[in-house]
Amino acid sequence: MSTYAQKKGFGATVWDFLTTVDHKKIAILYLLAGGIFFVVGGLEAVFIRIQLAVPNNDFVSAGAFNEIITMHGTTMIFLAAMPILFGFMNAVMPLQIGARDVAFPFLNALGFWLFFFGGVFLNLSWFLGGAPDAGWTSYASLAIHSKGHGIDFYVLGLQISGLGTLIGGINFLATIINMRAPGMTYMRMPLFTWTTFVASALILFAFPPLTVGLVLMMFDRMFGSNFFVVANGGNTVIWEHLFWIFGHPEVYILVLPAFGIFSEIFSTFSRKRLFGYSSMVFATVLIGFLGFMVWAHHMFTTGLGPVANAIFAVATMAIGVPTGIKIFNWLFTMWGGSVKFTAPMHWAFAFIPSFIMGGVTGVMLAAAAADYQYHDTYFVVAHFHYVIVGGVVFSIFAGTTYWWPKIFGTMLNETLGKITFWLFFIGFHMTFFIQHFLGLWGMPRRVFTYLPGQGFDTANMISSIGALFMSLGVIALLINVVVTSVKNVKVGDDPWGDGRTLEWSISSPPPFYNFKQLPLVRGLDAFWIEKMEGKKGMIPAEPLGDIHMPNASFLPFIMAMGLFIAAFGALYHGEHSWSILVIIIGLLVTFGAMFVRSVKDDHGFHIHKEELMDDNDKGVKA
Amino acid sequence: MKRLAKWRLISIFAILTLILSGCGEPFLSALKPAGEVADMQYDLMKLSTFIMVGVILVVVIIFVTVFIRFRRKDDTIPKQVEGSHKLEIIWTVIPILLLLILAVPTVAATFKLADVDQMDKKNTKALVINVRSHLYWWDFEYPNQKIVTSQELVVPTDEKVYFNLKSLDVKHSFWIPAVGGKMDTNTDNENKFWLEFDAKRANEAGNLFYGKCAELCGPSHALMDFKVKAMSRDDFDTWVKSMQNVKEAQKANTDLAAEGQEIFNNSCIGCHAVTPSNQMPDTARQAPNLTNFGDRSRVAGILDHNKEELKNWIRDPEKYKPGNMMTNKYPEMSEDQLDALAEYLMGLKVQQ
Repeated sequence: MSTYAQKKGFGATVWDFLTTVDHKKIAILYLLAGGIFFVVGGLEAVFIRIQLAVPNNDFVSAGAFNEIITMHGTTMIFLAAMPILFGFMNAVMPLQIGARDVAFPFLNALGFWLFFFGGVFLNLSWFLGGAPDAGWTSYASLAIHSKGHGIDFYVLGLQISGLGTLIGGINFLATIINMRAPGMTYMRMPLFTWTTFVASALILFAFPPLTVGLVLMMFDRMFGSNFFVVANGGNTVIWEHLFWIFGHPEVYILVLPAFGIFSEIFSTFSRKRLFGYSSMVFATVLIGFLGFMVWAHHMFTTGLGPVANAIFAVATMAIGVPTGIKIFNWLFTMWGGSVKFTAPMHWAFAFIPSFIMGGVTGVMLAAAAADYQYHDTYFVVAHFHYVIVGGVVFSIFAGTTYWWPKIFGTMLNETLGKITFWLFFIGFHMTFFIQHFLGLWGMPRRVFTYLPGQGFDTANMISSIGALFMSLGVIALLINVVVTSVKNVKVGDDPWGDGRTLEWSISSPPPFYNFKQLPLVRGLDAFWIEKMEGKKGMIPAEPLGDIHMPNASFLPFIMAMGLFIAAFGALYHGEHSWSILVIIIGLLVTFGAMFVRSVKDDHGFHIHKEELMDDNDKGVKA
Repeated sequence: MKRLAKWRLISIFAILTLILSGCGEPFLSALKPAGEVADMQYDLMKLSTFIMVGVILVVVIIFVTVFIRFRRKDDTIPKQVEGSHKLEIIWTVIPILLLLILAVPTVAATFKLADVDQMDKKNTKALVINVRSHLYWWDFEYPNQKIVTSQELVVPTDEKVYFNLKSLDVKHSFWIPAVGGKMDTNTDNENKFWLEFDAKRANEAGNLFYGKCAELCGPSHALMDFKVKAMSRDDFDTWVKSMQNVKEAQKANTDLAAEGQEIFNNSCIGCHAVTPSNQMPDTARQAPNLTNFGDRSRVAGILDHNKEELKNWIRDPEKYKPGNMMTNKYPEMSEDQLDALAEYLMGLKVQQ
């Protein structure tokens, strides 16, 4: 980003980012905002581990602890992991399919700002009377019972940011379906693009149930309805269903893009094409499909009865098969390859044993009768951290180091990258491996403390020390980012030297129009094919011509801000007389901006052929 | 060096697993099963673990081989392999078979654990207990015996005990790890399941199991413990008899206790019953029944069972269980009043 600052001055840079509709800049915004929320969620995790380091600790109070765990889960899932993955999708996917931008650049910006304002709104709860405290699942009976505004922040904040996610998902679907370069058939798409595609489809189907649940909860909490009030004929189990019909696919929304990132890295640094590409694609689609068939395994102890439990148990086990296919395909991608252990490859390589641990405990949890023991204990905590940290967070670290040169044009320091890896890797296993046993020894999850004399003391201390190592790892990464940005040594198009996909065929960072001429794709790993034939770049699929680009716009920011303002009105509804006024003003801002967008013609602009010819060292070399 | 580290890491995990599964307390650990249900679940855990360890071994062998054999040594470009149908079929079919091996006993156990036909039969001899969960305490009603107790469940060993579970405020979950998996207490409906307590192993665990709330239910979720006293059928029958014999509140037998009883009758009896009869509906039982308070092993489910802790609890329940429903429901007590109350409450016993 420092390059922008040199050219334009700080104010102009900020304005540029506030109004941008360029997928590469939106990617940076996603990474930045997601990264900040990741640090916030990480601090919350550290507080949790400090509180639980010794029995009967009073580092935080019981009520505050519940707020911290709720915000840790909510922040990490909705505001850190998903946005960071969205950042990679934005930065890389259009390049991988040879497109000049996403299908709807304006919507892309709107999606980001909705997510951002929703996340900020949710986190403002810390300063405005207390954060939500019913867990990230926010089960209805406890959520309705919860006093203060915490749950209202949760409901409204997630509603706004969820809208952004949904818009983003639809945009990615439209992009991949419509904007692939000539020759880029579905079965030639890089696996990261495939997983983006399937994850976006999951978003399309999974977020509506969450939206419905949140709307019902909002009406119950703020407007006196009774959807979840049992005494008046409501039913709280409905919330569990709605939440998990969203919540389980959500796991795959996170982990499929992670699989995609690792697939790219394994193949690149083994210098081999992905083993069993078509079965990898098939497995991805199958996991996405099955992901909707298994939600009730989160509710085995709710009392759905043996028939439902047995069906969902078997369906859940079935997911183990496509996941297993993937693991073996990755291993055999490396088998016979020429494997170079760069920093991204460290993460990818360590991902296999770490994720397998989460996978096998997943199959164990699927055994319904045995799950009655695991359910809601630290065993489950260990399981999903092995999946989400060992899978998703590892992929975020891997993707960051792998694509950093493409996004920012500089290379992160490899030694510091490996130090980050070892600290985080050791800390991760130290923190979570022991937690399997804590759960089996009888420690329920979400407890703010535990009494001595139950055999939990040593294990919890070990787990907390592990969290320290993980924190040090994250700090090492931050130092790396700062050092790299200050040094600002520019790199070429294909800095790893082994790039296989289209993003490595253009400069780092790419020009704002990405491809001067759309590339002709002649097979899987399009850039690799050309390199192997001794060519320096892609064959163009079109003559040099004018490029049509969208105009920047401040409207997405205003639309999202309107909802942010209206949310405060809804939050204080019935408490302050001005609340209705605030709702109206907020909605007016949003709808006003939408009206302007509708009536004002915005045809974008053209980059002319002559300008492109002057710009000869950028873009696709013809 | 790095290679060694990988191998060492894996063997450390293997050894750790063996050692760690031996830890845990017999009165609390799911790895020290003490009843039929916990046994079935433990067997499933072992079966799934064995299968999974097998899978992990295969992966680890390939993983380590890749690490050793296929590191980059020179700049040659390896052969670009598309895939292998044979291999891909192998690693699709074998996992399916492995999962079938696990699925069959899982389904069988799931149905067996849900078999509660006995409790619904008319004139059943099976012991049925109605569990009612409240914010941070547990209410146990024996409908056929027509008695109620709280916080400490009393059960006979070596027979199936059936439970009706429901919550009266927010959702909780009823879990006795050493004896069997948990079942949620929903606010909407009654859940049913059964447990069996093994006499010999209950004895090894000190005849007192720890029970937990396993569903986040508010600030004091972590402190919503209960205890389970397991005893032979004869002892259990005796206990039921002596409970049933308490028709009216026990008379205090010292002056101090009599003073305490008076305070109790003025300030506490509105919520806390000291007779065990189940005349009132479950919703009217607003606080733990204290009929046999003196026999219990904890104050409020968590504090040591002595007068000092009892006084501390009454002085400031909020300090010990944040968010509880007892705070501020009664006038502040002087030290003398606390002494008297403690004397009275500790004297409430039905067991000799």
